[in-house]
Amino acid sequence: MLKIKDWFSHHHEDNAMEGHKTQKHYTNPYLIGLLLGLVLLSAFVIMGRGLGASGVLSTTVAVAVDKVAPAHAQSNEFYKGYLGDGTKNPFKDWLTFSILGAVIGGFISGAISGRNKIMVEKGPRFSNGKRFLFAFIGGSLMGYGAKMARGCTSGQALTGGSLLSVGGWAFMIMVFVGAYGMAYFVRRQWT
Amino acid sequence: MTAPFFKFGYFNDEVSLIVAFVIGIFFGLVLEKGGFGSARMLAAQFYFTDMRVFKVMFTAIVTAMIGLFYFSWIGFLDLSLVYYGETFLLPQLLGGLILGVGFVIGGYCPGTSAVAISTGRIDAIFYALGGMFGIFVFGEMFPYITDFFYSTPMGQINLPDLLGINYGIIMLLVILMAIGGFTAAEWAEKLMAEKQSKARG
Repeated sequence: MLKIKDWFSHHHEDNAMEGHKTQKHYTNPYLIGLLLGLVLLSAFVIMGRGLGASGVLSTTVAVAVDKVAPAHAQSNEFYKGYLGDGTKNPFKDWLTFSILGAVIGGFISGAISGRNKIMVEKGPRFSNGKRFLFAFIGGSLMGYGAKMARGCTSGQALTGGSLLSVGGWAFMIMVFVGAYGMAYFVRRQWT
Repeated sequence: MTAPFFKFGYFNDEVSLIVAFVIGIFFGLVLEKGGFGSARMLAAQFYFTDMRVFKVMFTAIVTAMIGLFYFSWIGFLDLSLVYYGETFLLPQLLGGLILGVGFVIGGYCPGTSAVAISTGRIDAIFYALGGMFGIFVFGEMFPYITDFFYSTPMGQINLPDLLGINYGIIMLLVILMAIGGFTAAEWAEKLMAEKQSKARG
């Protein structure tokens, strides 16, 4: 019987963006892109819709607000959109199940490649506490932005992008503009 | 026409959840295998040291785009039944900008953070908690920003319709743009690697 901790490696070899040590472990990006495109295409062919990753977080928030303050949630069009009409569990949804699958798929791939490791992703000059704060702030902006844009990198950029959606392309261009514009100011976190 | 299978009623809602789960597994496998469980790898895109995000995204978009077009062309897939959201230009431009800023500060996007959490990245948990906080703030603000949220509506519209240019020509332009981008990305990575090795002496 394997214990949970056995699934996480304890060696420290991939501790670096230094040189090209880490990059060897990862598959060629064009091949990965091709495979990702095929995953997306199979979603289109089988289901008639693409992928989305931020929806499940929204459902979680809407359900939590509904638990604490039901009248408040029901009077808000945004929360109601995720809660539905009450005839079915809001988590019984395409978006929830695909992200659940992604969590498991990521874990399997990490286990096979020996990359499952309890660690913090950051540059060498940055403290853990600051990294957690930045992750929280960045996550908050992502959550807010994704809802404003009606989707995230999966839903708008990948799905909308491959369907040549105007909104998807407008969104994608602005993601790169925003990230490149901000990169200089947070470089200590990563380099 | 036989696809999209679900839209033609080949299986019910319950089965569609299993399909979602299986497709999700492959989604997670590919993201992790591509290095997207690592925030440092994702952030490297924005410092020109490793342009994986761009390469993977655009190869995926081009692949799915060509596949859709081909399946539609041979009469296998009804492209009009493949769902994508309506365009509301201003909120989507602003949303993209905010998400981009959040991407480089937080190190992930929603999908990649799921993979990062399952492979043991503690910072990704804070990222997801932040994500829920941001959505909560958006939800609380929603009654006050409803007008903006629904502003500049364009309906479900794609680039060929907007520009009045043939679907195939737009596809060709996207492919050419991707190839140009890949070439620039390879060049930028090489330049940065040289610069870094010089700095190290």
